[in-house]
Amino acid sequence: MYGKGLLKGLGVTFVRFFNTYWEDLTWMWRRVTTGEKRYHSAEGIAHRSSKNTRGIFTVQYPEEKLPVPEEFRYIPFLVYDEGADGAKEIRCTSCGICSKVCPPQCIWIVRGTDPSTGRPKPQPAEFYIDADICMNCGFCAEYCPFDAIKMDHDYELASYTRTLLPMEKLMKPASYYAEIRPLNAAREDEARKAKEAAKAAKAEAAAA
Amino acid sequence: MTTPASVSTVDLAARFPGIVSADSRPGYSGWIINADKLIEVATAIRDEFGYDLLSSVTGVDYPADGKMEVVYHAFKTTGGSIFVFKVQMPRDDPVVSSLVPVWKGAELQEREAWDLLGIKFTNHPDLRRILMWEGFEGHPLRKDWKEPFYEEELKPFKSRWPDGKHTIAEAKNPFRDNVQFPVGFDPEKYTFEDPEQALYTSLRKYQSEDKDGIKTDHILVNMGPQHPSTHGVFRAVVMLDGEDIVSLKPVMGYLHRNHEKIGERNTFLQNMPYTDRLDYFNSMSNNFGYALAVEKLMGIQVAERADYIRVIMAELTRIQNHLIWAGMMLNDLGAMYTPALYAFEERELILDIFEATAGSRMMCNYFRFGGVARDMTEDALRKTRELVHDRLPGKVDEMDRLLTDNEVLVSRLKGMGYLSAEDAINTSMTGPMLRASGVPYDIRRADPYSVYDRFEFDVVSRPEGDMYARYLVRIEEMRQSLKILEQALKQIPAGPILSGKPQYQVKIQPGEAYGRVEAPKGELGYYIVSNGKPNPYRYHVRAPSFINLTSLEMLCVGEKIADFVAILGAVDIVLGELDR
Ligand code: SF4
Ligand code: SF4
Repeated sequence: MYGKGLLKGLGVTFVRFFNTYWEDLTWMWRRVTTGEKRYHSAEGIAHRSSKNTRGIFTVQYPEEKLPVPEEFRYIPFLVYDEGADGAKEIRCTSCGICSKVCPPQCIWIVRGTDPSTGRPKPQPAEFYIDADICMNCGFCAEYCPFDAIKMDHDYELASYTRTLLPMEKLMKPASYYAEIRPLNAAREDEARKAKEAAKAAKAEAAAA
Repeated sequence: MTTPASVSTVDLAARFPGIVSADSRPGYSGWIINADKLIEVATAIRDEFGYDLLSSVTGVDYPADGKMEVVYHAFKTTGGSIFVFKVQMPRDDPVVSSLVPVWKGAELQEREAWDLLGIKFTNHPDLRRILMWEGFEGHPLRKDWKEPFYEEELKPFKSRWPDGKHTIAEAKNPFRDNVQFPVGFDPEKYTFEDPEQALYTSLRKYQSEDKDGIKTDHILVNMGPQHPSTHGVFRAVVMLDGEDIVSLKPVMGYLHRNHEKIGERNTFLQNMPYTDRLDYFNSMSNNFGYALAVEKLMGIQVAERADYIRVIMAELTRIQNHLIWAGMMLNDLGAMYTPALYAFEERELILDIFEATAGSRMMCNYFRFGGVARDMTEDALRKTRELVHDRLPGKVDEMDRLLTDNEVLVSRLKGMGYLSAEDAINTSMTGPMLRASGVPYDIRRADPYSVYDRFEFDVVSRPEGDMYARYLVRIEEMRQSLKILEQALKQIPAGPILSGKPQYQVKIQPGEAYGRVEAPKGELGYYIVSNGKPNPYRYHVRAPSFINLTSLEMLCVGEKIADFVAILGAVDIVLGELDR
């Protein structure tokens, strides 16, 4: 029969149409009974990005935001440890690996020098990332041997001008890093501690 | 594993003594053919040896030897590995006869080699620039050509460390530097010559015809580059007789950024995120092909778990590509957005998995040489299982129910944009385009890579050769992808995800390699030449979107102008890959 295929297709859209309202009704019921909401709530967003989502699946950005997974990567930042008196102990040793591996070459580092000896010291004097050029590939974070540069989660960087990020803007505390990437941070901390312990043990063995 | 018919069974040198010699440079393979006998040998390769599909044509510039080389890759549509042959010419006058009389599939690719490397192909029907604009001076892929913001031959640039004072490229390198002009160019005396004239004259001529006593003219219509139907900045110049298409030329390059030149400045690893930006819908497949090519050059194995993860990612990518394709195809037919948005819903869920694993939804940059960047977490695996088992099969069926029998769709697709199997092979179609013309060729089966030989799946093909067949092939391919995914998710072993140590500077022996995968759009190949340095000496992408357009005119001639939009949609192009 001519038109059967059309009707079949319309059936699909009708089911979708029906589901949208049915969803709203079930969530209305949930709201009354358990207080859960479909919109503007964590459980609602989780539902809309789960395998059971049906009906409208739009996330109402910017009122609502999808939570980003731990591995999500955006413009990198430099990690510093908080010293005893609030001093910022930057982890970067200005080894230059990140600037070498960076595909669009948007990392600019001036290696620090010790003013008294004039010799290079393991700290950057200047560190720039040209955020307009950065392609968010994550290589710098992946290949930094000192866990000193990491990818951020903050993606709302729209600006009217070019965005050149100097060191002051790039530095963020290790606690922030542990907050956005808890699993990675814990794993790396452990590895670092194990390494230090091994080093200490070796030094002890050498001294003995 | 099935052992594909290897290249060594063909002894071209014995068949053509004195004309063909084996390529004996260390790390290279294939045959070098005397340039003046190319047509004769190529015909034999096609007819006697059975390599019926010319996959890729590209050039390499060797200024140190004073040579220019054209590299051809061909394969048998019955399966087996790729066959390489080359011709070499003096660099100051690189001329070779065009292979278009033997394989029409060489047409666009030879134009590209002319455009980017300055290799002249005699007897080519329409040798014009293709990616650069008419009037552009120089051939950018030649080793001595420098881009306007040229800084250094190879990355990493010395100015970044240890004394990296930030500068913006424009400030350091004003626009006029390194811009090349024709010899003796004087702007005062310059007279404007319409660069489009060559394009228009390459179409079938304007004609005044007497039709039933009425004088009629053909008319010329420019579809694009700004046209909502063309999937980006693609342009087609169409000659019309009333509403019927009599002749058509694709015009491209509006999104050209010379990916290959950038790739030759980059180190091997640095190219990985750039490949994401080719076919930005399928960055996982792009990574896959590139990783395969470099791994071949390095001669390393891939960690087993990583191989499974790669397959999972590649197949998820295929499903979302085909779903979106179906949605967009319907947009092209005028069914605005309902199917497209249904498709986007599933795509979002798949991209969630990419984001949780690779860190990004579209620009995944996930593959590394010897494995992948990071492991798939249990959570991501669980999500993938849920999608593959509980959701996607139903959603593919739903798309099927929504569209397949729809009478409007059927009447617009059935019998339209016909391409015969012979023509499809002759014009180097690959992927769903080839399979919809009745040639069941799928690299995953014909020349298996990664762990594809461990999975049970059917190569989907249909004999009709029309747009409806292209639609049906893609719908069925999603089901096969789901089948592969189910098996991969069941078999995935534990273990490391990288065969070596993570390293940013890989050691690569001099030589060449061609890595290819069955990307959702067709054969995605990477031809890489290494000279032992940390940067690839030559880096070429065989882009299916680009080469599948070779047959566009064939598909369109005789159809109505309104169907052009649908025919183009059914080819499935993406401009990031087409223009590179
Ligand atoms: S951020 Fe890491 S890789 Fe970059 S210079 Fe500092 S220590 Fe080296
Ligand atoms: S994320 Fe990639 S592009 Fe951006 S600074 Fe790091 S290495 Fe460079």
